Amino acid sequence: MAMTSSGTAVVTLPTDRQILITRAFEAPRRLVYKAYTTPELIKRWWGGERGVVTLAEVDLRVGGGWRYVLTANGGFEVAFRGEFRVIVPNARIVSTEIFEGMPEAEAVSTITFDEENGRTMLTNLSEYPSKEIRDTVINSGMESGMQESMDHLEQVAVSLR
Amino acid sequence: MARAATTADAFNAVAEPRRREILDALAGGERPVNDLVAQLRLAQPLVSKHLRVLRQVGLVGVRDHGRQRLYRLDGRALKPIHDWVKNYERSWSQRFDRLDVVLEELKKTKEENDGDDE
Repeated sequence: MAMTSSGTAVVTLPTDRQILITRAFEAPRRLVYKAYTTPELIKRWWGGERGVVTLAEVDLRVGGGWRYVLTANGGFEVAFRGEFRVIVPNARIVSTEIFEGMPEAEAVSTITFDEENGRTMLTNLSEYPSKEIRDTVINSGMESGMQESMDHLEQVAVSLR
Repeated sequence: MARAATTADAFNAVAEPRRREILDALAGGERPVNDLVAQLRLAQPLVSKHLRVLRQVGLVGVRDHGRQRLYRLDGRALKPIHDWVKNYERSWSQRFDRLDVVLEELKKTKEENDGDDE
């Protein structure tokens, strides 16, 4: 059995304005932290199946900013940015997060890296200004998920021609 | 696909924190209203009002048992909410699957570097 797969992300909604994501990784937290904070590495994973990360800037210090630009599979660009508020190397990052298409919806995200026996439990708690905004964020994930499905369907259709 | 913004769906029913407390209480089994009143420390008319909303969307069922009415949780009505979150969860899982690949590479690089140090 492959050791790289540590299961799936688990999403819960602890309160009306929060989203909590947890996931275990088969790697020490120093490496998970590195993958989370190094631009060349962020570019390789942060886009997931949604598109290609064309820009990743990280000024890793309190008060410093970060900005990621994703060119989605549909060709359009989406950009996210934020500012670091707390940095505890290899352990915890608190930062703001804004989707530039919805700048009034600033989230505060707390990412924690807990290590046990060489495994890392990652938690990402995001708090939004209101329940409506939190729900919109979850809906947007749904829309892009559907977009991915449609893209796959299109590929299959093209291959059948 | 945005979810329907009606007042009579499960999403709205669970948006109210007190109603979520009632659902949590009922997750342990059937309860009469007085039990809920005692546990949640709310006025009985308020608990009854919340139960009515929960029943309307199918999250809670009720049956008569002697002189009591027993309320129970019906998890099936929570499925749309579960599905809604699942899609979001999937896009994060895809992200983290890629992070796994990056981490495997970092682990190998580290081992090679450790070898060089010796």
